[in-house]
Amino acid sequence: MSAPVPYDEALAEFEPVFGLETHVELGTASKMFCGCDTTFGAAPNTHTCPVCLGLPGALPVVNAQAIESTIRIGLALHCGIATWCRFARKNYFYPDMPKNFQTSQYDEPLCTDGYLDVDVDGEVVRVPIERVHLEEDTGKSLHVGGSTGRIHGASHSLVDYNRAGIPLVEIVTKPVTGTGKRPAEVAKAYVTELRDVLRGLGVSDVRMEEGSMRCDVNVSLNLPGREWGTRSETKNVNSLRSVERAVRSEVERQAGRLRRGERIVQETRHFHEDTGMSTSGRSKEEATDYRYFPEPDLVPIAPDRAWVAELAAGLPEAPSLHRKRMTASLGLSELDSQAMVNAGVLGLVLDTVGAGAPAAEARNWWLGALAQAANARGVDAAELPITPGEVARLVALVADGKLTAGLAKQVVDGVLAGEGRPDDVVEARGLAVVSDEGALGKAVDDALAAQPDTADKVRGGKVQAVGALVGAVMKATRGQADAAVVRRLLLERLGVDE
Amino acid sequence: MSDLTRLTAVETAAAIASGQASAVEVAQAHLDRIAAVDGAVHAFLHVDAEGALAQAARVDAAIGDRHSLTGPLAGVPLALKDVIVTRGVPTTAGSRILEGWRPPYDATVTERLRAAGVVVLGKTNMDEFAMGSSTEHSAFGPTSNPWDLTRIPGGSGGGSAAAVAAYEAPLAIGTDTGGSIRQPAAVTGTVGVKPTYGGVSRYGLIAFSSSLDQAGPCARTVLDAALLHEAVAGHDPRDSTSIDAPVPPVVEAARKLDVTGLRIGVVKELSGEGYDPGVQERFDEAVELLQELGATVTEVSCPHFGFALPAYYLIAPSEASSNLARFDSVRYGLRVGDDGAASLEEVMSATRAAGFGDEVKRRIILGTYALSSGYYDAYYGQAQKVRTLITRDFTSAFENADVLVSPAAPTVAFPIGAKIDDPLAMYRQDLATIPSNLYGGPAMSLPVGLSEGLPVGLQVMAPTMRDDVLYQVGGALEAALHDRWGGPLLASAPELEV
Amino acid sequence: MPEITREQVAHLARLSRLALDDSELDGLAAQLDVILGAVAQISAATDAADVPPTTHAVPVENVTRPDVVAPSLDRDEVLAAAPAAEDGRFRVPRILDVE
Ligand SMILES: [Mg+2]
Ligand SMILES: [Zn+2]
Repeated sequence: MSAPVPYDEALAEFEPVFGLETHVELGTASKMFCGCDTTFGAAPNTHTCPVCLGLPGALPVVNAQAIESTIRIGLALHCGIATWCRFARKNYFYPDMPKNFQTSQYDEPLCTDGYLDVDVDGEVVRVPIERVHLEEDTGKSLHVGGSTGRIHGASHSLVDYNRAGIPLVEIVTKPVTGTGKRPAEVAKAYVTELRDVLRGLGVSDVRMEEGSMRCDVNVSLNLPGREWGTRSETKNVNSLRSVERAVRSEVERQAGRLRRGERIVQETRHFHEDTGMSTSGRSKEEATDYRYFPEPDLVPIAPDRAWVAELAAGLPEAPSLHRKRMTASLGLSELDSQAMVNAGVLGLVLDTVGAGAPAAEARNWWLGALAQAANARGVDAAELPITPGEVARLVALVADGKLTAGLAKQVVDGVLAGEGRPDDVVEARGLAVVSDEGALGKAVDDALAAQPDTADKVRGGKVQAVGALVGAVMKATRGQADAAVVRRLLLERLGVDE
Repeated sequence: MSDLTRLTAVETAAAIASGQASAVEVAQAHLDRIAAVDGAVHAFLHVDAEGALAQAARVDAAIGDRHSLTGPLAGVPLALKDVIVTRGVPTTAGSRILEGWRPPYDATVTERLRAAGVVVLGKTNMDEFAMGSSTEHSAFGPTSNPWDLTRIPGGSGGGSAAAVAAYEAPLAIGTDTGGSIRQPAAVTGTVGVKPTYGGVSRYGLIAFSSSLDQAGPCARTVLDAALLHEAVAGHDPRDSTSIDAPVPPVVEAARKLDVTGLRIGVVKELSGEGYDPGVQERFDEAVELLQELGATVTEVSCPHFGFALPAYYLIAPSEASSNLARFDSVRYGLRVGDDGAASLEEVMSATRAAGFGDEVKRRIILGTYALSSGYYDAYYGQAQKVRTLITRDFTSAFENADVLVSPAAPTVAFPIGAKIDDPLAMYRQDLATIPSNLYGGPAMSLPVGLSEGLPVGLQVMAPTMRDDVLYQVGGALEAALHDRWGGPLLASAPELEV
Repeated sequence: MPEITREQVAHLARLSRLALDDSELDGLAAQLDVILGAVAQISAATDAADVPPTTHAVPVENVTRPDVVAPSLDRDEVLAAAPAAEDGRFRVPRILDVE
């Protein structure tokens, strides 16, 4: 096991080539081939039927909405849409897969040959798209008895088929070359942009933390000007941050081997969110033969051209254009918006504005408290369990004087801690601003009694010294007092008027 | 009333509707007949006396108050091939791997039978997963031919054909992938029809070869078959390959009893080598009779029919290897070797080795081979192209003929055990029936006489969705033959000692 | 037609999850040879070269269903049919190979 070479060093010596296969669960109401509910988080195996359990005799019927969503994705990625295509069976045994074949698409995908432009440090990089096809998701196994809950060392496994048969779109890039010193950054920017495109289309909620968007990352290195090296495929990379880490760590690992003249094994590697490292899996030499053949239980799909044109005409504005237009109209400076792009929050800020918050407020939250929270958790701001809508609500509560800035911060902590939406947290934690003078009267008197000299200073004309007294009252009221009211009460008591 | 088990379905329904006999009496009479003779015939794998009597009682009640259950087959007993799933009633497809399985749902065919007031007596024996032509490949022992208990009843639907021939039921449902309805009909002196592919829903039909499987009626008369055909046929949104068009007027056609002016094409390639002389004689006589009845007879050539058998034995096993992958010891059925130490892959492999019979294993291996990368084009791919050529043979033949005819089976019923160790000899039983499966058109076998004291069947083949013409020809020929014989052929079958 | 070896059959058996002993493998190899020998004549259909394959007997296109939720099965009924179940899930022996 040769030592990895630091990222920048590795890229000074080798040229990277990477590719991404992204699987996205569509947000349809029912499954791909049956009427079972797709709602996340139901009790295990309660969303199953003869079709998605692969019971003998059951037959699939294609979900029309899934076809439409896939075509819209293809169009948004500038792909050509097949005039005629079929589903195919991908045959291999796995307990998560009820029929022991996956109904997928093979040599006739719905969408082919597109691209997605992504912004990396203010520069546009075009990522070529090979294909977009439709298939079905698998069930989920729980591995019991092992120390880590991982598959290795488990005594047995428990299978839940609720997720089996949920429509899954696979988006495959062509090999991405010429990314020079920042393949990892480009990879992450691509997945981020892809997520925004999918959200914009409204075809999926794209929650990576719930596994509704998953990436497989192919990486290879070669000496400048030489032919491409052997690639490895790192599977289940399930967060934006991990996409970057997966490419980065694979570049470093492969450079280490290549330097020592060791060959790269063409293999499947498994990424571990916890360590940010990948471990070797099945080597492709012994890869199974999937024995693809056209699915005889389904008939061909031949999308009507006029309909496809309609779908194309109905596409929403691309997120990148949307951002440009919005930032301009909001008068955010280039510098500002670049800072937000780098922090990966521009989209969030705009959505927050869209939800009714002033641009400045939205920007401050996402670049401030929320950026810190994301850092602390080691996730992207986008992956925080708080939505732009909820942030906008916070801003509104402060504006209406229902919350102080300090209280708002506490509410955010509550929301991030999973205590519910902002109003629930305010309710549960009893964080309403106290502006009732009667209630504040005692705290004001106590403060004056506790700091006689300060009181004198104020009486003596040093009005700004009142701040210390205000602070004491705020402290006494656990930040719930309306500072303005407190200040006025204090000055009244002290017979000072500004 | 005299012996209720000797009535045709039409007579039975009339007797029940007119109150001469109750549906319960009819059901009980058949249950008694089964109890008396099935020890010798072994047509049934499971007799559902309770369910049958309950359904019969419902029919009697409904007839009492002129309810919808009083259709043309209300109260008529039926034997259901065990490859059709029945909610709560054991369904095995003749395999150990499904022994004891009680499906949580009904096949569309099962639902339609219930809705028509048909009384399902039980599930009939078959070659495991419908793979065979003698019913000797059932995991639960062979079925005997009522004409000669030492001989096979054909297959895979030998149980359904034998049940009808032995007066255990006036009607039965079979499934036909390469001849599994027609060849058993031929060798048991009964009527069997493979409808147009897509004419009868496959939802709930345990798949052998999805692109070829088709369920259809077995009966003692052409008209009975037509009534059953009409009861189960028609579009089903749960089967994507089901044809969304009106059911051809099969009952009306069966009553025409007129073939004047009809053009009948004798298929040159379906005669001569491999066909018993005795079979050929009965066939030729029947064709002459059709001519006497006013039909015009010509010889037609279908040059690619010689490739039908090899094409079939590539397509069917390939699809089967994928369809049978779901029997993996995880969700239902057999599990062996789970000693707590063995891995899932070991348990799966042990279960499938123990649960599948030799013929099924043979076809799974053959199909897996034919789909393997490197062999696909030469085998599965080539077979699908040959399928196109065979279809073209049919379409050009139908330019000069309204129907095509041939012997339904190349031989009469052979002794149990005679071909069990010679797969190719067994496969040749389907020489004449396979072309219609590959083409998708409907085909019928009806009795046209005896050779060596055993029944011979004539096959009528029609263009897709012209199932009605089969019944027109079959009905007219049957009537003429009954006149000639002074009754149905089955009347000359030896009595099973009770 | 290449003669089918025991190793080939063993590979096919593993692909199709069939635990077969050597005598079964040899038996199948022999039978497969005979059957493939017979079906191999399909290559003689040379005029198949330039015709499209038929995958569906009766050509139909664009058969879909509206995206509407339908009732699922009762879990207890489903799990009752399973060889082993635990905590509302299907219980299976330890899994070795990871896809
Ligand atoms: Mg995929
Ligand atoms: Zn389902």
